[in-house]
Amino acid sequence: MSVLVIADHDGTHLRDTTHKTVTAAQGLGGDIDILVYGDRVAAVAAQAAAIAGVRKVITAESAELKQELAEAVSALVAGLAAGYDAVAVPASSAGKNFAPRVAALLDVSLLSDVIEVVDGNTFVRPIYAGNALETVQTSEAKKVLTVRTTAFKAAGEGGSAAIESTPAPAASAKVRFISEEKVVSDRPELGAAKIIVSGGRALGSAEEFQAVLDPLAAKLGAAVGASRAAVDAGYAPNDYQVGQTGKVVAPDLYIAIGISGAIQHLAGMKDSKVIVAINKDPEAPIFSVADYGLVGDYKTVLPELMKALG
Amino acid sequence: MKLLVPVKRVLDYNVKVRVKADQSGVDLANVKMSMNPFDEIAVEEATRLKEKGIATEVVAVSIGPAQARDTIVTALTIGADRGILIQTDQDVEPLAVAKLLKAVIEQEQPDLVIMGKQAIDGDNNATGQILATLLDWPQATFASKVVIVDGEAQVTREVDGGLQTIGVKLPAVITTDLRLNEPRYASLPNIMKAKKKPLDVKTVADYGVDVTPRLKVVKVTEPAKRQAGIKVADAAELVANLKTAGVL
Repeated sequence: MSVLVIADHDGTHLRDTTHKTVTAAQGLGGDIDILVYGDRVAAVAAQAAAIAGVRKVITAESAELKQELAEAVSALVAGLAAGYDAVAVPASSAGKNFAPRVAALLDVSLLSDVIEVVDGNTFVRPIYAGNALETVQTSEAKKVLTVRTTAFKAAGEGGSAAIESTPAPAASAKVRFISEEKVVSDRPELGAAKIIVSGGRALGSAEEFQAVLDPLAAKLGAAVGASRAAVDAGYAPNDYQVGQTGKVVAPDLYIAIGISGAIQHLAGMKDSKVIVAINKDPEAPIFSVADYGLVGDYKTVLPELMKALG
Repeated sequence: MKLLVPVKRVLDYNVKVRVKADQSGVDLANVKMSMNPFDEIAVEEATRLKEKGIATEVVAVSIGPAQARDTIVTALTIGADRGILIQTDQDVEPLAVAKLLKAVIEQEQPDLVIMGKQAIDGDNNATGQILATLLDWPQATFASKVVIVDGEAQVTREVDGGLQTIGVKLPAVITTDLRLNEPRYASLPNIMKAKKKPLDVKTVADYGVDVTPRLKVVKVTEPAKRQAGIKVADAAELVANLKTAGVL
């Protein structure tokens, strides 16, 4: 058995989602190689080579790979897959974009969002936004899986794998990169944040939403989320939405402020390590999943909380 | 320009998910079923392209049981022109769904496929990408904005940490994200009109695709239940607890 893990990085730093995917791959057994694709990835490749237990790091460089165009990345990975029994991809937006293509090119079923590797052929994955867990068994000769990295511990450092390069595939004439707008923020991304501060409809307006959540998020170094009700009411932009149809998150700490806890919101955050609910309605469903509930009006609780945080 | 929009019938997103006691799956008996929310956004986008005069025809396709007819009628109510139901009681995996859609596309010859980025039952987020690969069409997933210019779809995509805009030559596959649009509410006249629109019913055998599952579902279980925790009296007690828990 040998597994090819696809690295997740920002061009300079390897994200720890890569280390977590290595841990998932270790569950399959066998040798682990890491593919680092992009442009000028030597520094990232060196970080990947330092992960404990990695046999080899392969680099591939081109403009299309840096732009993460799915056609280019999937052609590269499917080509390399010939030498492996399994391909493990972090379930980032880029991974979700190209991994199904790799499976299609190999004519195998994709194993999506794996949260547990039971054995080399058996995997657990969430369905219905995590409201049910499906254990599936595959008999495919090659496995292609995306890994929900929040479910795995990061592999340690201490390796010194060899680094080699492979040519990038030819660019597709059917797709072109036009532009990108990365949010420049001191705050972490919602999907990667260790702490999330989330607001609901009780906040009453977009101005209030900002005025209440921004200082708290800044103090905690947290990302800001919102319930669907708050998004629908126009208090927060759509990409803040945590829930079944929004983002599914699992931070170390999730603080829900003025969120009642509709089913579809709970589906998006109930795997958080610690949940705090602040709501003036003691009967709010959010309290049934909260580790720490504080019944009270956010208008009085939040200033006190800011003070208590120092 | 002709558009094809695949739509799936799923458990309504507001219904509580119940796992069957025998662990064979999720209980779908006597519960409200609706169109997958991301597919609704796809039908809305296709309808808007038609209203702008860019698209001339919108075909909705569903693969599912007889009741998936209702899902197609929902698409026809929003604005699709006709529907195709590939009727099957089997749970069809994304790879087989994509193969069936490819067969439909070879007959229908659309210029663009718009579909949901994922269905909220299986949460695979795979069918659109697989379909694009099988067709050798370019893909633009997780779309939050679509502009059609000179045979190219310029699609703004929601990616981790921001937005990416790419141009894909038509024909292409686009998958929708939440921010693309807000689907309209069904009006009574449109509901009446939808009932008169053509809807063909086909079988899997009509397309000669093997839909035998590749994955064996061993069991479906409930996730570990969260225990409701404790109520704290004030902010100071909350912060003290969070510090003890090691999350602050």
